[in-house]
This record gives sequence, C-alpha cells and structure tokens, in this order.
Amino acid sequence: MIENRPIVTLVTHIVLLLGVAAVAFPIWLAFVASTYPVDGLVSGVLPLWPGDQFWINYGSALTGGVEAAGSPPVLLMMMNSLVMALAIAVGKIAISIISAYAIVYFSFPFRATAFWIIFMTLMLPVEVRILPTYEVVANLGMLDSYAGLAIPLIASATATFLFRQFFLTIPDELLEAARVDGAGALRFFFDVVLPLSRTNVAALFVILFIYGWNQYLWPLLVTTDESYYTIVMGIQRMVAVPDSEPLWHLIMATAILAMIPPVFVVIAMQRLFVKGLVETEK
Amino acid sequence: MQHKRVIFQGRVLPYFLVLPQLIVTLVFFIWPASQALYQSVLLEDAFGLSTEFVWFENFEDLFADPSYLNSFKTTVVFSLGVTTLSMIAALVLAAMADRVVRGATAYKTLLIWPYAVAPAVAGVLWWFIFNPTIGVFAYALRQLGYDWNHFLSGSDAMILVIIAASWKQVSYNFLFFLAGMQAIPKSLIEAAAIDGAGPVKRFWTIIFPLLSPTTFFLLVVNVVYAFFETFGIVHATTSGGPAQATNILVFKVYNDGFIGLDLGGSAAQSVILMLIVIALTVVQFRYIERKVQY
Amino acid sequence: MRLDRRIITWAAAAAFAGSLPQAALAATEIEWWHAMGGKLGEKVNEIAEGFNASQSDYVLKPVYKGNYTETMTAAIAAFRAEQQPAIVQVFEVGTASMMSAKGAIKPVYQLMEEAGEPFDPADYLSSVTGYYTDAEGNMLSMPFNSSTPVLYYNKTAFQKAGLDPDSPPATWPEVEAAAKKLQAAGYPCGFTTGWQSWVQLENFSAWHNVPFATKANGFEGVDTELAFNSPLHVKHISTMASWQKDKVFDYGGRRSDSAPKFYNQECGMYMNSSAAYAGIKANAKDFEFGVGQLPYWPEAGKPQNSIIGGATLWVLNGHSDEEYKGVARFFSYLSSPEVQADWHQFTGYLPITHAAAKLTKEQGFYAKNPGTDVAIMQMTAHEPTANSKGLRLGNFVQIRDVINEELEAIWNGDKTAQEGLDEAVERGNALLRKFEKTAN
Repeated sequence: MIENRPIVTLVTHIVLLLGVAAVAFPIWLAFVASTYPVDGLVSGVLPLWPGDQFWINYGSALTGGVEAAGSPPVLLMMMNSLVMALAIAVGKIAISIISAYAIVYFSFPFRATAFWIIFMTLMLPVEVRILPTYEVVANLGMLDSYAGLAIPLIASATATFLFRQFFLTIPDELLEAARVDGAGALRFFFDVVLPLSRTNVAALFVILFIYGWNQYLWPLLVTTDESYYTIVMGIQRMVAVPDSEPLWHLIMATAILAMIPPVFVVIAMQRLFVKGLVETEK
Repeated sequence: MQHKRVIFQGRVLPYFLVLPQLIVTLVFFIWPASQALYQSVLLEDAFGLSTEFVWFENFEDLFADPSYLNSFKTTVVFSLGVTTLSMIAALVLAAMADRVVRGATAYKTLLIWPYAVAPAVAGVLWWFIFNPTIGVFAYALRQLGYDWNHFLSGSDAMILVIIAASWKQVSYNFLFFLAGMQAIPKSLIEAAAIDGAGPVKRFWTIIFPLLSPTTFFLLVVNVVYAFFETFGIVHATTSGGPAQATNILVFKVYNDGFIGLDLGGSAAQSVILMLIVIALTVVQFRYIERKVQY
Repeated sequence: MRLDRRIITWAAAAAFAGSLPQAALAATEIEWWHAMGGKLGEKVNEIAEGFNASQSDYVLKPVYKGNYTETMTAAIAAFRAEQQPAIVQVFEVGTASMMSAKGAIKPVYQLMEEAGEPFDPADYLSSVTGYYTDAEGNMLSMPFNSSTPVLYYNKTAFQKAGLDPDSPPATWPEVEAAAKKLQAAGYPCGFTTGWQSWVQLENFSAWHNVPFATKANGFEGVDTELAFNSPLHVKHISTMASWQKDKVFDYGGRRSDSAPKFYNQECGMYMNSSAAYAGIKANAKDFEFGVGQLPYWPEAGKPQNSIIGGATLWVLNGHSDEEYKGVARFFSYLSSPEVQADWHQFTGYLPITHAAAKLTKEQGFYAKNPGTDVAIMQMTAHEPTANSKGLRLGNFVQIRDVINEELEAIWNGDKTAQEGLDEAVERGNALLRKFEKTAN
C-alpha cells in the first residue's frame, strides 16, 4: 500500500488471521472429526487436533465403508453431483445470457412482461414450492433422470439479473462501432458481448456450480434409482439413522471428500471470479 | 425499466432468445407456484383425496395465530442480525485483504473456500460446535463462566442461527467487497494519502462511499438470503426452538408444508411471504435503477 | 481426459451392476421406500436380499428416501403424481394421516386376505400392533421398527454416589433422591430425556393409565381432544420444571440431542428409546450402564404399560394384484421368527411376533445383553387399556412441535406448567379440528 507502518501491517495480518480462523474453523473441525475413531466423537468435547485415523477413515470412506453405512459408492455419487452441478451451471448461464441480451439490446412487445415473469422467480425458493414442482416433473416423466435433477433448478432469475446489470454497463459506443462495421445482433453477441462477459460467466459458473453441488432436498425427491444419488444426499443418509448413533467419523470424511470439487472450482477460478465481479462494478 | 439507447431491430430473434428461459420459468416456476397459490384457498388432506374450497380461511387462521405474528418479529431480528454481522465482518476482512501485499492470495483463498460447503453439511458442523455438552464453543464459554444452552435459552438459540447463517454468507460478501475495493483507482487513494489522510480516514471518505453500489447490492442479496435460504440451517440446528425463539417465516412455511403436511396453511404463508418480497423488491428495484448506476 | 473416461466407464459399470437384480425379467418389482440410514439401512438391504433370494417371482427394491418426514412427504408427493411405491415406511405420528387417507392405502389385513397369504393376527404382539389396528382390531399396517422408552442409568456413577447399581429408581421420588445423590457425588445433572413429548407426556399418560386425548386417545373418532393438562400431567411437568432449576433434570434438546449428556457422564440417568441401546453401548466408554423401567408416581397406582414409537410399513393403492401378492409374501417373510429375531437383536427394536421373542430368548440373547428385555416386559406387563393402546391423532407431527415449544417455554421458566400445557392443549386442539375437517 501507500505507507508502510509496521504496526498497521501487523494489525492487518492479525485481523485477517482471526478472520481466516473464524471462517475456516467449522471445516477444520470436520477434518479433525474425520481423523478419529467412531466412538470418541459424541462422548467428550471434540478435540482440536487431528487424531491418527486419517488413512483408515478415508480409506474406508473411499473403498466401501460408506456403502456399509448404507450408501452407494462415493465416487458414483460424486459423479452424479458433478453432472448435476455442471448441467445447472452451464444450462442456467446459457439461457440467462441470451435472455438478458434480448431484454437489454432489443425492444419488442412484451419485453417488460417477459422480464417480470423471469424476475418473479427470485421470490420463491425451490423448497417452498417443492411439492407442486415435483408433481410437474413427475407428470413430464422426468423422475430419475439428470434432466429432472437439473432443469427445474435452472428456473431462477439471479443469473439473468446479473447479466442484465452487466450488459447495461457495456458502452453504447461499442455497439455503434459494430453497427458501422455492419455487424448483426448475433455477430455482435458472439464477437463483442460474449468475450466481454467472460469473467462474469466465470463468476456465475462458480456460484451456480456450488449451488447445484450442494442441493439436497430436490435430488432426494426426484430420484429413487441409486445410480442417480448425489453425494450430499449420501451424507444425509448416513446422518439420518433413527434411534442410533451416526458413524460420525465416516460422515465427516465423506463430507470433506464432497467438499473437494466445489472448493477446487472456487480456488481454480478465483482469479477470473474476482475479476468478473470487479468488471461488473465499474 | 432501464434500457440501452442504441438497440437492435429484430422481429423474431429476441423472442427466440428469451424463449428458453421463459419456457423453463413457466413450466417449472409459474405453473407450480400458481398451484401453490391455489392451494392457499383450499383445505385439503395431504394425499389430495378430499378438497374443500374455503376462501380465505387459511389466512384468517394465520392471522389469528399469535405464533405466526411472533414469527414476523423473529424474522426481522434474524435478518437484521445476519445481514449486519455477515456484511460488517466481510467488509472488515476485505479492507484488510485489500491492504496486504504479501500473502494476499493465500488469505483470499482461505477466506472464500467455506463458501463451497453444503448447508446440509454445515448444519451438522454447527450441531457439533455448539452442542451444550460436547461442543467446543459451548465448552469455551463455560470456561469463561457462561453457561451456553441454546436448547433452553431463546437468545442463545438466536445467536447460534445468526452466526451459522452469517458464516455461510461472509465468504460471498467478502468477495464482492474485495472486488469492489480493487476496482477503486489507486490514484485516488494515493492522492488522499498525499493530502495526509490516514488509512481509517481514507476508508471512510473514499473507499466506503465508492463501495455504495456493492454495499447496496449485497444488502439486497443478504436480506433475500436471510429471508429465504436459511431454513436449512434452522432445520439442522434449532428446528425453530426453543419455544419458537428461532421460528422464522420461511422455516415455518417449510415446516408446516413439507414436514407437517398442512398444505393449505403453508401455501397461505408462502403467499404472504411472496407479497412481502414483491413489495420489498419493487422498492429496492426502483432504488437500484434510480440511485445506483452500474 | 483418460481419467475422465475411466470414471465414466466405471460409473456406467456401477450403474449397471446396480440394476442387475432386475435382469431376471420375469420377476415383478416391488418398491419399498424407507427412512433407514446408516447401519439400519444396510440391514434393510440385507432383509430385501434375503427375501429376493428366498423366491424368484418378486424382486423387492428398497429405496432410501431421507428421514421419516422426508420419506412420508416423498411418498405423498409421489402418490399425488401417481408414482407411489408399493410399500412405504411411516413413523407412528403419521398413523392417523395414513389411516384417514382411505383411498390411498391398502390395509394389511385386507392385503393378506386377498393374496391368500396365511396370516394370524394373534401371532403378533398386541401391544405393538394395537397402535396400528382399526376399531375392529384389524391390522392396517405392518409394524417394522418399534421401540418404547426406558430408563438408562450409569451404574458406575450409581456406585460412586453410594446407590445400588443393580436397582434403578422405580418411582419419580426415587429418581429425585438418586439424582441428588449423584449431584452430591460431583455429577452435574441427575437425568435428562430424549423425545420429551413421546417420553414425558405420551408414554407418561399410558404408563399412568390416564388419557392423553379423549375418545380413547383418538382411536374412537377424529373428534378427539387433547387431555394432557390433567392434574397428574401438570404435577409431573411442574416438578420437572422445578428440577430443571437445580439440574436434577437438565433439558438437552429435542429428539435425541440430549444423548451426549449421558455419554459424557454429565447426567447419570437418561430416558430414551429402547432402540438407543446399541448407540449407548458404543458410546459409554468409561462406565457401565444398566436399563430400568420408566419411573412412575406412586400415588397414581402401579404402572400400566408403555406405548411404542417407531415406524410401520404401509401399502399404497394403485398397484397390480401381482405386486400386492409379492408384498404379502414379503410381509410373511418379514414376520418369520428368524428374520424378526435377527432384526430385533441387531437393532434393539421390539420383535413383532411372539415367536420371535421366544426365539431370541432361546438363543440366549437377553442373558448375554442384560437390559434388552426391559422394553418387552414394560410393554407386555398388562393388557393395554384405552389409555395405553396407542395414540391416533391427526396433524400429530405439528402437535408434537407445539408440545415441544410449550415444554421448552416451561423449562426455561417463561411459563408455568399449567399455562404451558393448557396452551399446548388449546393449540393442539385447533390442529385436531383442522384435521377433522379434511378427514373422511
């Protein structure tokens, strides 16, 4: 920064470290819990330092311990989560970017109506209208399919809203120049708008991927076929053990494993993600 | 509604472009949501075997129910708590992260990855941390002389759900604030520094005002989050208890409908919730459109 | 990218393997939605595999559908969309909702009769099936996992406190005395409870032979009204509230959230489901524990019998006769002494037939696991009365929520026991009236 006073720098680092500690603490605890044998976890205050069962617990989580606890194989569930999260992220970005483009760059009858219809979806989260939505999906024969898992969750306006906000910031001069070059609406979209939106797309991708990955109630309702189970469902399944104690060590190990893909996406796309947000703000 | 000065002329193309989203929205949102609306004037058993049209009886029942009115108050306290806590924490952290030169990426990474944790998993973690008997947090408080028991004390329970809900949101807010700060031209800040403004003064006179669009956007996002997306956390930690101390509106909708299978009553609550949000969004939308130009 | 392809091939193989049992094309598939996660889910799969191996006409496919409420809601949603499974596991509080949905369910006695499957209701423990029979005594659903609350106590702590580790307190005054001695010996709390409504009000009523609700606890009509604000109930709850102040009793949360208090040796006594036995055994690391019957108030006379909790299997309408034959065949298999005895011993749930109880005894299970028979003794001590047959209340899930809320307000001193219970009765009655309107 501008000045370099050691005391200010020190305070800055201390605050950040405290923040990191507070924010990461629950996850650290999950990791710690995943390194202990099963019986220690609910009969004493949880320790803060990892135990010695790391290899055993993770080994068993990956090689069938979870199946023994009543779930399909972890890797299969992670695959399904991946397909679902990707479908939601890609599908939603695709339909949102074109509809936002139409709403910002065209003037057509019922433009405002279309906008408000789409915008209304911000107002009711899936879980509140989940039963009628299930009926619709069942009537369309989409139970036990990736389409049934993903498409209903695409019906939300957040991405459209963000793209619209971003498109409004693109200088009109660009469009005028493109026009002079004789570019049509589609060419302008592919040559100018899409490349400019690259970072926004990345930011949304991260948000939506995580949203899709973390879904629980919806996949639970629409699947009865184990080959479509997702990992978060699998974790809940290990937790929901009426009248007995869950196998917390395996649950935590699976939870940590389930965190890897979304965390990887967040970290890998961090630069683009933040940049996308910065550009929206300009 | 805001619009470009320069636009394309197209007869068919714009419809093609909005069509996919409109179809998805109509089929998977408007259709089921309108069924939910219709449900709010029905008295029906869970299986849909007997249905009676009851006009506004479900609504009358709701407003005659003191616990429902109480839920409003709880929701306001909760939303204020979550929004304030998660935004202030994020703002402080972003301001600090914007200052550091060394280790900036490491800090950033460590601060944003909790964003990736599934709420269903986070709920389990909070159960562990705050459990009055085995929880680390409860243990620490006991050492300090405070007997933490969110199973018994309504205020303890409220603090718990606010912390749990905010935790999930801090990473998100942090990213937006940091992005906003990094977008502020360094020359502005340097100029202020030359004029002798210290870091705190610079923050309040330059950075914070320039962040107002971000702050406003986040305010909307956080309120919507606290209102709608937090029932998972409440469900996993307090189930609305003790004695309704954390029974926020959206949890009540979920609980009465999905768990209690009182479809009419739950639908009536969704309608009221929707009206509140429509009102909120219209106000906010006008405000965004007018005051905060992106 | 080679890795990706490998994963996909592998996943496809796994998916294929998952569908293998269906390869026997001639067999009729029967879906069974259940709420058993973890080890119990594994056991459910084992039972299904056992059934599938025992015959070749039907393939039973167990599907996990989340916890009890999620499973029930999923089945109802599926029924509305005509995608319902043949069998669904529903917890006891959902009984009235299922029963009143006459067009949606196929009563078990009728199913067995139509399928020509040998079926004698007298083979079953009446204290278990009684909860799920209609007014004529016909079995409507097949009990699957049933348990009843018992008193667990820390024997090691009892010894340290100068109490007899082999005689758990039988009455509430004895509980108080034992709790005070435990506290004097350095244990912070006397006792805690899981499932407060189920243990301290529902079972309390049956155990003391007082009505929880009018009309024989709802068995004789949907116009029932709650009755758990009687003087005896108020006395019990207000005494517990006063105990909460000096931690003779310490509230530890809804459901079984209080369990760590017992594991951790914070509380020396713990009332919860008999099926919690295995969990306690696994977690009671540094102490011995014993099992006793639920305490009673001596002035109310000798205890009656306790009632069950848990879940039963309901058969849903809308399937072919062929499938129903398979379901009936499966229920016979499930009721066989060997399957029942194994399930009972593995899970701690009650056996549903006399034969299974007898077999378990012959196998020496009770001798090897002292205390596991307390639940059965408690359930079968007396012939159930109108107050101890079970509960049949509509909207019971929400009524339990109301009770939880009011009890919590009583424990934390916001309300007196009388106020809280009156309020719970009033709010609960409103829910019952609402249910009455949609029923029949």
